[in-house]
Amino acid sequence: MNDKMRDELLSILEKNSRIDFKELSVVLGATEEEVLEEISKLEKENIICAYHTLINWEKTDIEKVTALIEVKVTPQRGQGFDHIAERIYNYPEVKSVYLISGGYDLLVTLEEKSLKEIAAFVSDKLSTLDSVLSTATHFILKKYKDHGSLINETSKDEREVIIP
Amino acid sequence: MRNFLSDKVTGLKPSGIRKFFDIVSEMKDAISLGVGEPDFDTPWFIRDEGIYSLEKGRTFYTSNSGLKALREEISNYIKRTQGISYNPYDEVVVTVGGSEAIDIGLRAVINPEDEVIIPQPSYVSYEPCAILAGAKPVIINLKSENEFRLKPDELLEAITDKTKVLILPYPNNPTGAIMEKEDLEKIAKIVIEKDLLVMSDEIYSALTYKNKHISIASLDGMKERTILINGFSKAYAMTGWRLGYACGPKDIIKQMTKIHQFAIMCAPTNSQYAAVEALKKGDEEVEKMRQSYNHRRRFLMNAFKEMKLDCFEPYGAFYVFPCIKEFNMTSEEFATRLLKEEKVAVVPGTAFGDCAEGYLRISYAYSIDNLKIAIERIKNFVDKLRNNS
Repeated sequence: MNDKMRDELLSILEKNSRIDFKELSVVLGATEEEVLEEISKLEKENIICAYHTLINWEKTDIEKVTALIEVKVTPQRGQGFDHIAERIYNYPEVKSVYLISGGYDLLVTLEEKSLKEIAAFVSDKLSTLDSVLSTATHFILKKYKDHGSLINETSKDEREVIIP
Repeated sequence: MRNFLSDKVTGLKPSGIRKFFDIVSEMKDAISLGVGEPDFDTPWFIRDEGIYSLEKGRTFYTSNSGLKALREEISNYIKRTQGISYNPYDEVVVTVGGSEAIDIGLRAVINPEDEVIIPQPSYVSYEPCAILAGAKPVIINLKSENEFRLKPDELLEAITDKTKVLILPYPNNPTGAIMEKEDLEKIAKIVIEKDLLVMSDEIYSALTYKNKHISIASLDGMKERTILINGFSKAYAMTGWRLGYACGPKDIIKQMTKIHQFAIMCAPTNSQYAAVEALKKGDEEVEKMRQSYNHRRRFLMNAFKEMKLDCFEPYGAFYVFPCIKEFNMTSEEFATRLLKEEKVAVVPGTAFGDCAEGYLRISYAYSIDNLKIAIERIKNFVDKLRNNS
């Protein structure tokens, strides 16, 4: 599979990981075997890391609180930020960890059942790490758009009938 | 009381499929594959620019031929996509959609008795515009076995000593056909030999799926005898903004601008500001939409293949044009029954010329999820017809 088609495949899968191999091969103009082979290669190379589903938890009765935490840290000799990032991302309640340029170093997304649990995580686990200098916690109040998809809006076709 | 109506206008053939569309608009729960406009919203950065220009109070007229900045960007765009240089000052006019450019282009060049050659199936307004301009339309019936491309012998056969204009509608609505370089070269040779003018409607030029679109105006000796028409509706999903343009020899553009000035004044100012932004920064968004159309095109072609429905592979626009002759029904009959029995709206080919009897125009300006449901229903319908025969 050439690079252009591979990029196309990735951008389709990024939007819809449930698309079946047959449809994928049809829209790409490739054979099913080529698609299968390419996907397993991409998985092996960890270019495709995981397949996720975007869920609007607010519509369920499961309570979830999400916080974005800005963390300032002292990088460690020989390891930079990687070591401290690992200390943080190993917690299963941590959903994402990014190294960020600008006023702070790490941006941590944390998902918990309640505000209290988030507070506990920050004060007991995060702030007590040796190289953590400071934290600032922001709670997410409402999600409008996530992973490129609108959370609440469904679009409808408003095009009018026009005689061609 | 007298009859106040113009004979010329009342004499225009009413669209034969008006009746069909009346039924379509009544059936709210039908899935439509009939719409000839993009399903995408105009890319946000373009809409944002439109909003910004309103905020800035740019609610005045622009110059008659369009904003200078827009004409310059159009000139740049044609230069970088087609390699043709048009002077933005006197070889470009900004119009209210490509359709206005067709109208004023014909009116600017037609004298009584002149003949305009119109290959069909094609967009519905060429013929009435030619008639309103006072020309005699001469129809070429394009053939499915030529993939609906215009062939030199077909053109030669249609030319008389009164022929003045050839309308070249590629990439084509409704067939999705394209003309490749070698096809155009043969046509250009005849056009030059017979001293004709070409009106090249390239509104779908950004949406091709084989090679990049080539304008006939880019061929040797053709720039001076071509009115190139394009616009923002299809490539940038800007149908409602009503913005198109024509590029051509300055004496023709000058006369077109004269009509435009008297009839329209200028194209909508807000749309023009937004369009400057579209041309400057839109390439990536256009490519994304093109890719998406291409996926759907392949999806439909594969579905027809599985259904064993005869359909040549279209490489342009966003239409497929399957043949339904095996069912021994007219296009309109087929489309009406499909609508009533399976609630899918497609356009009978005959909307685009008598020679398109036996064909349907199916638009893929719809999401694949929509297409899937529609294909399922079309398959049911086709199966039912085949089992009953």
